[in-house]
Amino acid sequence: MSLDLEMEEIVKVFFEESFEGLDAMESGLLTLDAQADRETINTIFRAAHSIKGGAGTFGFLEISQFTHSVETLLDEMRNGMRAVTPDAVQVLLQSVDVIREMTQSAQAKQPIVTVGADALSGELARILAQKSGAAAAPAAGAAETAADATTVAAPAQLPAAPATSAAPVKSGPVVPIIVAPGSIEGWRITFTPEPTLFQTCNDPLRIFHELTSLGQLEVTAHVGALPPLDAFDATLCYLSWTLVLRGAVEHARIIEVFDWVEAVSKIVYEPLYVEAAGAAVSKPGAALPAAVPPRKSAAPEAAAGAAVPATAAKAAGDAGSIRVATEKVDALINLVGELVITQSMLGRFAEKYEPADLEALRRGLIQLSRNTRELQESVMQIRMLPIGFSFNRFPRLVHDLSRKLGKKVELKLTGENTELDKTVLEKIGDPLVHLVRNALDHGMEMPETRLAAGKSETGTLELNAFHEGGSIIIEVKDDGAGLNKARILAKARERGLVQEDETLTDEQIYNLIFVAGFSTADKVSDVSGRGVGMDVVRRNINDLGGHVQIFSTEGLGSTIRIRLPLTLAILEGQVLRVGKEIYVASLVSIIETVQPTREHLSSIAGRSELFKHRDSYLPIIRLHDLFDIEPDSRDIAKGLLVVVEADGRRASILVDELLAQQQVVIKSLETNFKQVPGLAGATIHGDGTVALILDVPGLITNFLERQSGRVELAA
Amino acid sequence: MSAVEGQMGVNASAAGAGLSAADSIKEQYLSFILGSEEYGVDIQKVQEIKGWDTVTRVPYSPPYVLGVINLRGSIVPVIDLRIRFGLEQIPHDATTVIIVVHVPGERGERIVGMVVDAVSDVYDIAAENIRPPPDALGSVDKVFVRGLACQDKKMLILLDVDGLVIASVNSATKAAA
Amino acid sequence: MAATILAVDDSASMRQMVSFTLKHAGYTVVEAVDGVEALEYARSNSVNLVLTDVNMPRMDGITLVRELRQLVDYKFVPMLVLTTEAGQDKKMEGKQAGATGWLVKPFNPEKLLATIAKVL
Repeated sequence: MSLDLEMEEIVKVFFEESFEGLDAMESGLLTLDAQADRETINTIFRAAHSIKGGAGTFGFLEISQFTHSVETLLDEMRNGMRAVTPDAVQVLLQSVDVIREMTQSAQAKQPIVTVGADALSGELARILAQKSGAAAAPAAGAAETAADATTVAAPAQLPAAPATSAAPVKSGPVVPIIVAPGSIEGWRITFTPEPTLFQTCNDPLRIFHELTSLGQLEVTAHVGALPPLDAFDATLCYLSWTLVLRGAVEHARIIEVFDWVEAVSKIVYEPLYVEAAGAAVSKPGAALPAAVPPRKSAAPEAAAGAAVPATAAKAAGDAGSIRVATEKVDALINLVGELVITQSMLGRFAEKYEPADLEALRRGLIQLSRNTRELQESVMQIRMLPIGFSFNRFPRLVHDLSRKLGKKVELKLTGENTELDKTVLEKIGDPLVHLVRNALDHGMEMPETRLAAGKSETGTLELNAFHEGGSIIIEVKDDGAGLNKARILAKARERGLVQEDETLTDEQIYNLIFVAGFSTADKVSDVSGRGVGMDVVRRNINDLGGHVQIFSTEGLGSTIRIRLPLTLAILEGQVLRVGKEIYVASLVSIIETVQPTREHLSSIAGRSELFKHRDSYLPIIRLHDLFDIEPDSRDIAKGLLVVVEADGRRASILVDELLAQQQVVIKSLETNFKQVPGLAGATIHGDGTVALILDVPGLITNFLERQSGRVELAA
Repeated sequence: MSAVEGQMGVNASAAGAGLSAADSIKEQYLSFILGSEEYGVDIQKVQEIKGWDTVTRVPYSPPYVLGVINLRGSIVPVIDLRIRFGLEQIPHDATTVIIVVHVPGERGERIVGMVVDAVSDVYDIAAENIRPPPDALGSVDKVFVRGLACQDKKMLILLDVDGLVIASVNSATKAAA
Repeated sequence: MAATILAVDDSASMRQMVSFTLKHAGYTVVEAVDGVEALEYARSNSVNLVLTDVNMPRMDGITLVRELRQLVDYKFVPMLVLTTEAGQDKKMEGKQAGATGWLVKPFNPEKLLATIAKVL
């Protein structure tokens, strides 16, 4: 691979791991609120540290610089030098957002905007300035930050004007001696390493070798410290040297050469001044250059050109690709293998077939059916992703929102590993966000209110996910104030949605909040409550082939229960017949099918026909009328009624016959044709012909609306 | 020399005429029969020609949309051109032909089938031989007609497939009572 | 024969950068994601140089150097720690643990190769 391409690939890796690191920082920071754990702080620190290092290495200086301040704060926290305060955590969380934005810009090859970073840098500096821990001398601190700001690539020596700096802190670096250019002809260096020098693999020869590249070197070894042979330890260094380096070399350069051994050696540097009559030993003058001109790091040339395509792809968020666990792919390969075997076995019968083979043929076909089913399930699995991908935005959202609203809320997530189809996952995200915001804004009470009501100050919001039958159930549960039935009813009456004398079941009342524009919020907050949300939420869930139900108890809380199909492409269907036409209805929407008897049938004003099913009256939908089909009989008592339910409303559909229950593949009607009211798509029947799939929720809604001229609720 | 010149002159002009004829764009059309008329469609739009298939009725469709068929896993609507053009309906049987065409749509390509009596031939028709349709066209809506062409003493009604399909599929459906 | 370098860093992009640079220069590179993996490898393999980041989960670079120095085969293998400029303490800590020297982050490929050439 070419240099540039390979570098590009590596930078891509950097972006990916940075985003992961930022996520880790965020979730770590969110737990710090509850409890400051040593290991967590360390993890957060390391993530920031890696991002800073990588950003610097790959040339993203703005990111590196900003992350440095973040890292500094985290470093103090992990060293116990600074307490973890909610304020600090909030600033750190915001910093994570900023770094994320900057990284996204870098990835999209767009200029990195530092407005946010600059503002937060101020905040971070403010926090860092507050009661800083034990004292590194302020001068050293300032000097260090100054050095950082210039991202020196070479091992940092002290910045300019060492003549003015305070004495180095602890085992600080050597102060370079500044000499006027041309005033020295070399250096005499006395180098006495500690005996343990070799144990760190530092080789004096290497050092001397390097010095020879700076000038002419004379080496004199001193063997005086050598012990007698019997006391001689070959791993220890008993030698010291006097080195005379001839050349007008800057002291700083020589110090660099001894950098690694400086702390474990005694080194004396003596400038050898040029002896010229009358030339005084020069002192540092104003015109002298600084000891070490800070070198801007030459960013790796590849990084400068690092071109990364604009598409940021994270598995759940990207519509175009899927990350699949290799086990799933392996399972798939195995199943295909089995299919091939079955196929070749059956293929033999095509060559030569005798009646005695019938049994074997039958068995082969059963096996084929099994192979196909397993293969299908396996392929569906590939599109399945854990709902955790959607849930993972909520800790941050709940944290920020509850702070904003001044409420105390604990978020509990269960079932993050529950898997569902990638497309369903993507589309359920926004509705869930709306429901959570709603719960926090309207459901959850203020801490004082809760206490006054004898509840705990901190409310609990639960997000649960689990499989049930062929569906995935997602619950948004809060222990807040619950839905106020009286208020909802009043509002509905106000809007003419409900007649004055109508009585509604609790469920029907709760379902009112799904009507467009409905909101009992006294004032519209910018969080939710504009009333545009709930109807869209329900529609989105319906479009996915799911249902949503509300359960609530005033004073105790509410639960919103969403049922979604595990996959969009396959439907568990009930095949049914009306006249000569075959249709498929989703099993999820079917409660049961009954053979109606005449005494259960009635009609109102000769208009709506009703069926008494258990304790309620269900409207009867004559599918043959709607679709203009010639049925076996128009007499309801001679047909079958399929009791269906969608969005809390029930109805019954008149059909002639129930056929098989089977899984069907959903095919689009819209691709080549168009959307047809009452239909959700089409499928290919076993005999190759097309069977249409009914849109039960749509049928119920449209039928009822048409019957009464307004939205009607099944009595 | 003058004879040669003269001859060359003649040849030159003939060559000139031949040059423009060779340059003219020729399009290929698949022609089919409907009743007593012969129609042509741009061959590039034709995906395949198939025999009659079981059609599943789709509710709320205009009478000329017979329904949908399964074309190797895709759901394809079928338009009966006889009904569309107001001709007398005839029963569909083993000799009935469906011409499957593809036209551009919002979501990419749209595949649609058209029921015709029989398929005729493929003709090369030069662009300048296509005349605009007369105002009084009769059964066929002028909107779908690109023009008329004269080929081998026959008149070919050249259809605008895109227009025809769009108009047919998007037409208002009759709502149920 | 090409010298083998053990590169230890929990950041994949850094590992790849180092690896890529060193391989192009003709070295053989073995990568490890943290101190534990590196130590595991070192117990049954020898290398000519160890290059390690400091901040890593499970086992940090300084601890790694200290542990490696306990292995007979690694007593005299040069080891360099990757440190940031602010980490003066880390440099000393590294030396005390037995590191030969250090390389300051961020570094560029030239610097990396030049530094390695000094010890190999």
